Amino acid sequence: MSGLLFLALLDGLVYGSLLFLVAVGLTMVYGVLRILNIAHGSFYALGAYVGVVLGLFVTQTLGNPWLSYPALLLAAVLVGGVLGPLVERFVLRWAYARPEVLQLLITFSLFLILEDVQKLVFGVQPYFLDAPFQLLGSAELGGVPYARYQLVLVLVALGVLLGLRFLLRGTPLGKILVAVVADREMAQALGVNAGRVYLLAFSLGVGLAALGGALASPTVTIAPGLGAEVIVLSFAVVAVGGLGQIEGAAIGALLIGLGRSLAVYLVPELDVVVPYLVMVLVLLVRPVGLLGTVEVRRI
Amino acid sequence: MRQGSLLLLLIATVLALLPLFFPWLGFVFTLALAKGLAALGIALLLRGGLVSFGHGLYFGAGAYAVAFTLRSVPLDTVWLLLLAVLTGLALGLLAGLFLSRYRGIFFAMLNLAFSMVFYALLAKFYHVTGGTDGIRVPTPTLLGLTLDRTLFGEALFYLALLLTLLLGWGLTRFLRTPVGEALAALRTNEVRLEYLGIPVRRVILLVYVISAGLASLGGGLAGVAVGHVVPELAFWVTSGEFVYIAILGGIGGVPGPFLGALAYELIRTFAFKYLAFTWQLLLGATMLLVIFFLPGGLWTLLGERRLRGRRATAP
Repeated sequence: MSGLLFLALLDGLVYGSLLFLVAVGLTMVYGVLRILNIAHGSFYALGAYVGVVLGLFVTQTLGNPWLSYPALLLAAVLVGGVLGPLVERFVLRWAYARPEVLQLLITFSLFLILEDVQKLVFGVQPYFLDAPFQLLGSAELGGVPYARYQLVLVLVALGVLLGLRFLLRGTPLGKILVAVVADREMAQALGVNAGRVYLLAFSLGVGLAALGGALASPTVTIAPGLGAEVIVLSFAVVAVGGLGQIEGAAIGALLIGLGRSLAVYLVPELDVVVPYLVMVLVLLVRPVGLLGTVEVRRI
Repeated sequence: MRQGSLLLLLIATVLALLPLFFPWLGFVFTLALAKGLAALGIALLLRGGLVSFGHGLYFGAGAYAVAFTLRSVPLDTVWLLLLAVLTGLALGLLAGLFLSRYRGIFFAMLNLAFSMVFYALLAKFYHVTGGTDGIRVPTPTLLGLTLDRTLFGEALFYLALLLTLLLGWGLTRFLRTPVGEALAALRTNEVRLEYLGIPVRRVILLVYVISAGLASLGGGLAGVAVGHVVPELAFWVTSGEFVYIAILGGIGGVPGPFLGALAYELIRTFAFKYLAFTWQLLLGATMLLVIFFLPGGLWTLLGERRLRGRRATAP
């Protein structure tokens, strides 16, 4: 029985890591641009599709399944590097000065557009890519065999968390980013190109969503509707952790991941409801999320 | 103002007459009215500066209330719709007591969370709700008459149109009461409103409950009209559609959302027929164009032209 519980906790950790990879991009984009991007889930889905297609290409055409790992990473870079700047420059740039409601609706429209773009490019048939999952085999953990690929996911999530912390706190770019978030006008007066900072931050966020999708692709079936499912879970994670808080997203993802896998273990009927229950409970106690900051009300 | 109401009457008359010549339009219009009612609820909240990405909850609840009732009791359509409204009002009150504390993005996301819980329960409890297959809704009687499917559809459209006109008239009046005006002030500045002695949370709760009732009525109507209810009615994308419709039509006046719903359903019907994989793309692109070039929604298209005309004739 304790073995099962251990397995449930491990599953929760893995699930939480995947959630974190998507949600951290969402929360970072909100932190810098102050826009909650509903289309974020679509970038996740596109990352998954591009990852699978590239992965299948290198496995089947080039005949080397080991190349599927760099292929997955390349998918994230491609989606982030191409779609990110395009969307920021041609759509979001016109959204910054608008009311919150319209910003939400603009990203919702983007979601609708990207859903169809995805169907037009990749069709509606499901895709599978299990080479990255099979190649690593499984390891014994406390007497239970566990897929190594899932453990790698946890490490990648940890790496992204530490990397982002370092980027924001330890590099000049991070300092500029923080400065733009704190006071855009002052930063611009000091010679910072705020537009470029927004573009970079958004593209990084898109890239992270695509990375989440690409890395998750060997563990799930890729079919339409993927993005719509993931985005609501990311919302829950981000709301639990506090909007714009990177560490908060990690805590939120862990809470929801563990909560969900424990629910699978204890009350399997309720597993899909748990993320939202966690969110409602947290917001009941702390209306701005665990690490969120209270905004001063304007008089 | 007189001119505005005249124009509306004209539109309503055209709407009422068209299905006589093109019977299939009746169904499209009924669905448009159903979604328009839900979007009107959203528009009311938007006037107060609140946006809900979860009114699919009430839409779905209304539809499922009708479906569940018809499974055991063969009630008349009028009673079914009333029941849908009551379900929405009750659920809205329950959720509203909790939600009226929140603003901005958190309000939007908590609504989303509630609707997703409902959606998940509908999809999960197969034995009660039929899971993702949904439940078939048999054709109920209308005002005591047993009609065949086509005739029922037509009659239902006129009932829906009548209901919409009555509700639209009532809500237009409501927006001119002190509470209605407080709603618009709420968006500008909540704190000042409190200083004036207006109980902000109670205003929000009231409007939230009304909006939930409207969405449920729309859901009930859609359930009866389509003859089938599925969990997707409560999915967050449906809720997003309502926000879409409200903004597309414009929130400046009560008729706005219905105009938006009409445009939305027409785009959807035609695009779905001819461009199966690109109808969402078309809808998304339309919205971006409307937001960037017509920020007041389609409603201002009529209003502005009228204003310009008046200015041109002024001495």
